[in-house]
Amino acid sequence: MSCSNQDTDIEEEYIPVPFSLKVPELFQQKLIDPLIPNNNPLTEEGVALGKKLFFDKKLSGNNTQACATCHKPQNSFTDDTRFSDGIEGVFGVRNSMPLINLAWNFSDRFAWDGKELGLERQALEPVINPIEMHSDWSNVVAKLEQDPEYPILFSRAFGTSSIDSVLVAKAIAQFERILISGNSKFDQYLLGNATLSLQELNGFAVFMDEEKGDCFHCHGSDNNPLWTDNKFHNNGLDANFNDLGLGTVTGDPNDNGKFRSPTLRNLSFTAPYMHDGRFATLEEVINHYSEGLQFSPTIDPLMKKVSQGGVQLSVEEKMDLKAFLLTLTDLEFINNPDFRD
Amino acid sequence: MKKKILAIICFSIIITSCSEDKDIILNPVAITLNFNHSWNGTEITNADFGQLKFTNENDQILSIERLRYVVSEVSLTHESGEVTVLDDYNLVDLTNNEGMSFRTSEGILPGEYSAVTFRFGLKRADNTDGAYPDLNTANFNVPAPLGGGYHFMQFDGKYINTASVEAPFNYHVISAIDPTNVNDAVDTSFTLNLGAVTIGSNTNITIQMDVSEWFKNPNTWDLNEYDTNLMGNYDVQLLMNQNGSSVFDLVSITQ
Repeated sequence: MSCSNQDTDIEEEYIPVPFSLKVPELFQQKLIDPLIPNNNPLTEEGVALGKKLFFDKKLSGNNTQACATCHKPQNSFTDDTRFSDGIEGVFGVRNSMPLINLAWNFSDRFAWDGKELGLERQALEPVINPIEMHSDWSNVVAKLEQDPEYPILFSRAFGTSSIDSVLVAKAIAQFERILISGNSKFDQYLLGNATLSLQELNGFAVFMDEEKGDCFHCHGSDNNPLWTDNKFHNNGLDANFNDLGLGTVTGDPNDNGKFRSPTLRNLSFTAPYMHDGRFATLEEVINHYSEGLQFSPTIDPLMKKVSQGGVQLSVEEKMDLKAFLLTLTDLEFINNPDFRD
Repeated sequence: MKKKILAIICFSIIITSCSEDKDIILNPVAITLNFNHSWNGTEITNADFGQLKFTNENDQILSIERLRYVVSEVSLTHESGEVTVLDDYNLVDLTNNEGMSFRTSEGILPGEYSAVTFRFGLKRADNTDGAYPDLNTANFNVPAPLGGGYHFMQFDGKYINTASVEAPFNYHVISAIDPTNVNDAVDTSFTLNLGAVTIGSNTNITIQMDVSEWFKNPNTWDLNEYDTNLMGNYDVQLLMNQNGSSVFDLVSITQ
């Protein structure tokens, strides 16, 4: 790798350094390799550029919001409000999704309703969305080009100082792919480095019991450390929908009311819960599955006790389940300086 | 003259031997297994999902909303009697139209085989808990209290129950486990013999699952009795295993 003072020389000669993705030990053991597209391999320069862009308010129309405004590191890359407001003060209708382990979403469909095919596409939309960052890409590109640093950063990452929306989205996607959470208490327990309390173990048993919580069919297991299946389910929130979810995207009535199973990692930081943030606490979530299920024609057959309102957990089982869920908290992820501005 | 005849004979043998040497060199070839699906002989796809349009042997109306299953251990018995096992497995996922066709990663020498078989599910020795990253990522695991390892099939839907109300069913096939003794498992995976086959350079074997058979043969299935929480039901898993024997049929073998 060689550098020179001339931009053209840099574009010709600078070779980005491949990024060494830190894949947790359990992920290496249990999961297939993460999805890294051939046309956007991870490089140190790309990731660094993506991080800078992720935190940069220039991507919004009035320079007041960045991606990180609604996807805060301290909240596991979501925020703590039910809905998020854009630069015009208009609130959206969906809860901000946490950004965790996205490189293992092999459906490659993002957002609650799966409308975004690929991380690179997803990154384009909020910038132009009128109720989010409400900018346009020509405006964003102009601001980035006028910045003293960005042209050279783009050149090092992508071999060109000519900035466009595609490269911005690629860089952001690279940064998002390194947001890996895999060092919770439960991960350490599986590796033999931590002990769970009796309550936590009981909660895990409830989680994995087909006749009790039966959470594992949608939310993973000790052998699926993603703690999600990344599939779409109608989990019985409503009898009638004001949000069709996946059905809006596919146009198939059988997909109405279906939303992507989120990961159960870092729930301590990602309240409120569900696609519309209707549940402020984990207790409310557990109560929903225990007594609050609503039948609709597309309710998932895995919501097997819908006729009774849900799985009917005891008070103790609910407390135990919550205790187990909290063992999926990864403070290393929350506090990782590599993920902060 | 005799020397001339002998020379001619020797030369012929050499030519013939050389020709035979060229014919003998054969490279192993992969084979392709394709899976399609039907209900009572009528072909179905995931476009038929989510609709209460199927009637089982017990006259119950039902929908299919999720169907995926694992097949493994393709084996071929050569006409010489030698058995070759191709150590592959594949998750067939009709819901998402994935894994409907798979090409074996190992090869087999072309030729005549008196039998080709495959296994529904994973045999006990292969059904190792957490061993397969792709099946883990697909969230196909079975909890340790039920023996661990993997589902053989997840078949979910809804049916109209005796109260004339839509109710869910989860026809999940795993090894039959006595929950009071998870080490005492009956391996309910089974093999299916598709008959004789000629393996060429591009052999495609198409197999059909008649989904209705899971409910009929030999056990007429009453969903009102057995609809959900079936994984840990030892007796029900044995009933499923019995019904599975008539589910698959060979459709075609093409070259």
